[in-house]
Amino acid sequence: MSTLESIVIIGAGHTGGRAAEALRGAGFAGRVVLVGEESHLPYERPPLSKELLAGTMELEKVTLNPESYYDENNIQLLLGISAQEIELGLGRVRLSDDTDVAFDKLMIATGGRVRRLACPGADLHGVYYIRDINDTLLLRPELRDGVRVAVIGGGFIGLEVAATARRRGCHVTVIELADQVLARVADPAVGALVADIHHAEGVHIVTGASVERIEGDAEVAEVICTDGETLEVDVVVVGIGILPNQEIAAEAGIACGPKGTQGGIKVDEFGHTSAANVYAAGDVAFHYNPILKRHLRLESWGNAQNSAIAVARNMVLDPVAYAEVPWFWSDQFDLNLQVAGAPETWDRLVVRGDPAAKKGIVFYMTGDRVVGATAFNQGREMRFLKKLVETGAPVDDSALADEGKRLRDIAG
Amino acid sequence: MAAHLVAKTSEIAEDEAKKVIIGDQHVAVFNLGGEFYATDDICTHAYASLSEGYIEDGCVECPLHAGRFDIKTGKAQGVPVTEDIKTFPVRVDGDNVYVEI
Repeated sequence: MSTLESIVIIGAGHTGGRAAEALRGAGFAGRVVLVGEESHLPYERPPLSKELLAGTMELEKVTLNPESYYDENNIQLLLGISAQEIELGLGRVRLSDDTDVAFDKLMIATGGRVRRLACPGADLHGVYYIRDINDTLLLRPELRDGVRVAVIGGGFIGLEVAATARRRGCHVTVIELADQVLARVADPAVGALVADIHHAEGVHIVTGASVERIEGDAEVAEVICTDGETLEVDVVVVGIGILPNQEIAAEAGIACGPKGTQGGIKVDEFGHTSAANVYAAGDVAFHYNPILKRHLRLESWGNAQNSAIAVARNMVLDPVAYAEVPWFWSDQFDLNLQVAGAPETWDRLVVRGDPAAKKGIVFYMTGDRVVGATAFNQGREMRFLKKLVETGAPVDDSALADEGKRLRDIAG
Repeated sequence: MAAHLVAKTSEIAEDEAKKVIIGDQHVAVFNLGGEFYATDDICTHAYASLSEGYIEDGCVECPLHAGRFDIKTGKAQGVPVTEDIKTFPVRVDGDNVYVEI
């Protein structure tokens, strides 16, 4: 490869930042240009709904690297600039400042944007979302002692915001459309365990309901739910998922997954899109996972980091498949919740330890195989949980449930 | 620097760790093959207790994000951890384990 080759990365979030770093780590000496819509240096998003929102973490701590790192490693940062169009035939990207940047290879790491609430009153002042640093910094001063907060959506983001707000003394109600919280990522029984932990902390949870409308005179005042419940509120925080920023790829004729929240830019196990020399990674990539033997899109810290590294290396070295068991985690109150796998179906659960007491594991079983697991304050077991899912080795329910038997031995 | 009695040697099994708090300092005390070492207990990347991490090949893996540190030197082993973890001298006297802070 000529050292003059030029790689452009669209998106300077966690994935874009790690990808640029990995290109240099792999010995790539050509030009690296990182284009990002936000004005911030590449950063990790997990603290946005937790430590940064709580005010217990400094802003600098969320960034991957200081600005000097990019200078020292000759990574050109174009921040506050968005990519407008990929001109595949010309090998260049047109930017929002009316310039363009040429590439030999391109990585699309455009991530996602929040799904917005569409009901009447959704545009009132006092309705917040969390996706980037600015969102968190706007919301943070509102979460004061005694403030009444409605959180729309009982997924990871919603529950993390609920926990943070509660710890700051807010009165918090979570409104979840499904019959249980965490419906997208967990069995209802696991969702119920997490809901109970929130109940014990004084969070009010309404399930099976959505927001019909928000009332208020410029400022939010009331949330009216579809089940008739009316909540008096000062602040509304919406966490109802993200939509992949795939349009720039689709408009260039690059294959994408089905529309909607799944969607995403379709890539193979190496991160390669349908277009030559164009790759995608992170939240936006609808990628083939060789372990699960299907395409999926993941919105997780682990995928943002590890797909970035794997795909960036594939752009400059001999390709190696990105093949990892999906891994999610969340912190809520004193609970660290970690999930291995992304099972679509399972036929039963096996419980180890006492998840209700915030120390245990719930296994998702299909036949004699572990297809997923949710760990409550059991971070050190994650590597074995991932291994069990990856190998699909036959295991006994009784062994999994027996805390006297070490998972490292069961996982082999 | 003062020596603080933090554990009995029998208290911490091989490839296990114990968390102790000395003043404001959270410390993880590790047993690596019968030798004892101590580091800051809080990961340099995010707020997590390394004493709850998985120990293998002389490294501790953070239970939150799987960042790894060399227990003897405190050296960060790569993404996502870039900042080394602080280490503290350890002295074993009989079956008493002391950490100097």
